[in-house]
Amino acid sequence: MLLRGIDRRRDGTFRVRLPRSEREVLAAIPGQLREAIAADDPSLFRLFPPAFADDDEANEEYAGLVGSGLVEGKVLALAELERTAFAEQLTEDELRCWLGGLESLRLVLGTQLGVTEETYVGFDEHDPDAPRVALFHWLTWLQEEAIQALSS
Amino acid sequence: MSTQVVEAPTHVEEIDEEATRHEDRPWVVIVWNDPINLMSYVTLVFKQLFGYSQAKATKLMLQVHNEGKAVVSSGTREKAELDVSRLHAHGLWATMQQD
Repeated sequence: MLLRGIDRRRDGTFRVRLPRSEREVLAAIPGQLREAIAADDPSLFRLFPPAFADDDEANEEYAGLVGSGLVEGKVLALAELERTAFAEQLTEDELRCWLGGLESLRLVLGTQLGVTEETYVGFDEHDPDAPRVALFHWLTWLQEEAIQALSS
Repeated sequence: MSTQVVEAPTHVEEIDEEATRHEDRPWVVIVWNDPINLMSYVTLVFKQLFGYSQAKATKLMLQVHNEGKAVVSSGTREKAELDVSRLHAHGLWATMQQD
């Protein structure tokens, strides 16, 4: 039986079981997103939403106050995910970076794909976006693994 | 004339009271439903950021999921701004407004 997933170990660290092909994906995609964040790509709005529903001035002030810290935190998590993509064992801090990095990847990819509640119900292999939808589902599975391991 | 003199300060006082009441009204932090964030993830973030119990975090998450939004914290403008920024750091869709 091929075991895949993330488990908490008795010593408080976490064991990660993933095939090499999947780890290669994990090592490759955070860099792309980090570059997009550095380029201030407008399609990343979901990563940095407004704090006020209808007050542009307050939103500008908010962005000035916390914007750079938010960018820094997300870039750091993605860099840590990239750095530890091939690790068999993770500390809790490292796994929290996986959780945060996976969150950013899913938010951006999910927004680009226009994910809805229905996306989770079925998978259409004839959809021209099928490879990216499959990637989204895999990221979802891995994020759920990280959540369950951290909650255990 | 004498009536006017008496009335004027009363009127000013009322405005002041209103302004103070407005400033004193607490700010609330609202989390909005979105189709990307996982239910388990939202629950975990509520527990981690606000120290809520599993039961309270789950209840708030379900409220977001079923009703489209939930108030997750409240307080001064500064506290609300901090809470919103922590929620944004974790990818949740949060806004703040005065109650």
